[in-house]
Amino acid sequence: MRHLLSTEDLSLSNAVRILDTAEEMAAVGEREVKKLPTLRGRTVVNLFFEDSTRTRISFEAAAKRLSADVINFAAKGSSVSKGESLKDTAQTLSAMGADAVVIRHWASGAPHRLAATDWIDAAVINAGDGTHEHPTQALLDAFTMRRHWSRLAGTPSAGADLTGMRVAIAGDVLHSRVARSNVWLLRTLGAEVTLVAPPTLLPIGVEKWPCTVSYDLDETLAKGVDAMMMLRVQGERMNASFFPTTREYSRRWGFDDNRLRALDGLGLKDTIIMHPGPMNRGLEISSAAADSPRSTVLAQVRNGVSIRMAALYLLLSGDTREPAGHADNTRFHTAENTSAHAPKESH
Amino acid sequence: MASQQQDAGTGAYLIRGAAILGGAPEDLLIRDGIIAERGQNLSADGATVIEAAGLVALPGMVDIHTHLREPGREDAETVETGTRAAALGGYTAVHAMANSTPVADTAGVVEQVLTLGRTAGWVDVRPVGAVTVGLAGEQLAELGAMADSRAHVRVFSDDGICVHDPVLMRRALEYVKAFDGVVAQHAQEPRLTAGAQMNEGEVSAVLGLTGWPAVAEESIIARDVLLAQHVGSRLHVCHVSTAGSVEIIRWAKSRGVNVTAEVTPHHLWLTDELARSYDPVYKVNPPLRTDADVQALRAALADGTIDVVGTDHAPHPSEHKECEWAQAAMGMTGLETALSVVQHTMIETGLMGWADFARVTSTAPAAIGRLEDQGRPLDAGEPANVTLVDPAARWTVDPSKMATMGRNSPFAGRELPGKVVATFFKGHPTVLYGKLNTPYRWLPEAPDPARNTGTAAAGRN
Repeated sequence: MRHLLSTEDLSLSNAVRILDTAEEMAAVGEREVKKLPTLRGRTVVNLFFEDSTRTRISFEAAAKRLSADVINFAAKGSSVSKGESLKDTAQTLSAMGADAVVIRHWASGAPHRLAATDWIDAAVINAGDGTHEHPTQALLDAFTMRRHWSRLAGTPSAGADLTGMRVAIAGDVLHSRVARSNVWLLRTLGAEVTLVAPPTLLPIGVEKWPCTVSYDLDETLAKGVDAMMMLRVQGERMNASFFPTTREYSRRWGFDDNRLRALDGLGLKDTIIMHPGPMNRGLEISSAAADSPRSTVLAQVRNGVSIRMAALYLLLSGDTREPAGHADNTRFHTAENTSAHAPKESH
Repeated sequence: MASQQQDAGTGAYLIRGAAILGGAPEDLLIRDGIIAERGQNLSADGATVIEAAGLVALPGMVDIHTHLREPGREDAETVETGTRAAALGGYTAVHAMANSTPVADTAGVVEQVLTLGRTAGWVDVRPVGAVTVGLAGEQLAELGAMADSRAHVRVFSDDGICVHDPVLMRRALEYVKAFDGVVAQHAQEPRLTAGAQMNEGEVSAVLGLTGWPAVAEESIIARDVLLAQHVGSRLHVCHVSTAGSVEIIRWAKSRGVNVTAEVTPHHLWLTDELARSYDPVYKVNPPLRTDADVQALRAALADGTIDVVGTDHAPHPSEHKECEWAQAAMGMTGLETALSVVQHTMIETGLMGWADFARVTSTAPAAIGRLEDQGRPLDAGEPANVTLVDPAARWTVDPSKMATMGRNSPFAGRELPGKVVATFFKGHPTVLYGKLNTPYRWLPEAPDPARNTGTAAAGRN
């Protein structure tokens, strides 16, 4: 693994490897001294062409816990006010000796351009590009689901996938990088995904995706769901005829109090409610749902730091071996334990 | 006579043993700007002999759709560099699209482009006039003034922007009937393509790039063929890119609508799968479509539903492509690869022969543009606009070695068949033995060739 650009091309073994490494990193976060010396002397640049305080501080915390030097570069630009080009910015960072670039960009594919060109030779981590992908978000979601799924099964998370888990993702799929990354990663991990959205907010071509599509949230819940993920409705959609009114949207596709109660009635006592944040309370999710014991919203934030530590660690620790296939799990874990233990022992 | 005004040794050429339109080998004697003789075992009689065994002789290619960028964007292309590229690509005439800066929407600008073309001397540069002032889609440009100008404009287009107002389109179609003009429409419904980045379909869904749906092209074409029929005018559809558009044009032609259609070389080959690289060299308008569209376009070109190949040659400076996909300019170069791409996609697939190639790259586009001395048969007495092609040659596309200033060729690195060996423009070799030779020199007092076809060859070298 040289870059982390998308989950579409992330193999099962690499996905499980990141999740397992994140478990190790999470253990660090529970210690009194939450810091590892692993990336001392390495430079991580957070290159943000789009505002996202949550994602930026999550990556910043992750890099700092690994003792890397962190530079925050808020290159906020838009298609209207073009400043320095991506090429010039990348070459500048390269000249400054960046080892990893965490890039958030409003343009789909911008991280791929950085990785594919010779503008910079640092490891590139996609922190969300346009309406394309947000792989670390999907990984932290999968990490959250895997802990829940393993706890229900009474088995350890490490090495596990999500085979058989029923995940519904509801909302603006058309414009959502979170939905795309989740669809690909959850497929790879063996979960069964249902996308629920108004037809206007599903992309043409979605029928080829490895998931089920529904326009009816209640029907989807009635069929049984183990994790219910709500997507944020962006303000700019509200006046562009994607749906008539926010109230109608909320009634048909929002996770409101009635649907929260319905989970109990359906006997879905273990179903979790997820949201990548920031939430529009009262629109796609009610406050009661967001604050209920089923909600994993804060766990997702916590797990985000672990996942990002794992990604930075695996990309920068020099261990770029492609792990063996999933069938070869045992051996992979033996090898993985060696490298994953290294930071702890040196601490 | 003109021959006295040409350099010694370049005034007369005997092309020996070329397969004319891919047929049996024959000789062509070129002298004084015309094909003096066609036949077997012609006497050289002092002419320079070009051994052409294995080569195919074609009428000089005519591009109905070229962006030469001058005036205004000389950092992207000039008339000089663009027409050098055209000559090397086998062309003897190009239609220079109107989206320059200033826009070619007045007699003054189209005459300037005409003059730039004649000064360059590599091909016949035929300016296209804008349909609306400033391409703004609000008010008709002075179409009559451009038609009557020295540039003798017959093709009018807001290419790059669709004339989407149905009333304005109707008026334009009606008005150009007064001087046998044609409206070349860039069919793109603007509201359906706001912010569009690539073909809307399976690939755009995965890549998260805003889709450019086929219906945005097809709905405009459907409207326009009905308008053309209603007002009894002539419509040309630029760069048709979808299978659905082909069906609509086929239907319109069957109803007797006076419509012609064009396809680009890149739409005959490339698909939206290439966008997966996020490399903006594959970003173009209309976008690359699916393989089903490619196959439909090939079939339509072969059966005549689509009349011509137009390059939509669109050079851009590198900084407009070395960026994020959404930031990048739309467009691809095409003049120097068109022949090879059409050979690869249409001839080597068995869909067409060289005579068909001559029809779609020369005869038909010349007829649309009303170019009387282009797209002519290769017979004695005809203007000597001739392209010699080596169909057996193979070459690898290297944009840095092209004559165009644009480096944005989507075919970079691909091996293509077919190479232009010579291009004769008005009897003068602008390209010889695969290399750029010298330009044709128009006499300062040369009469307007478009109006006095018979004396158009009166140039000197």
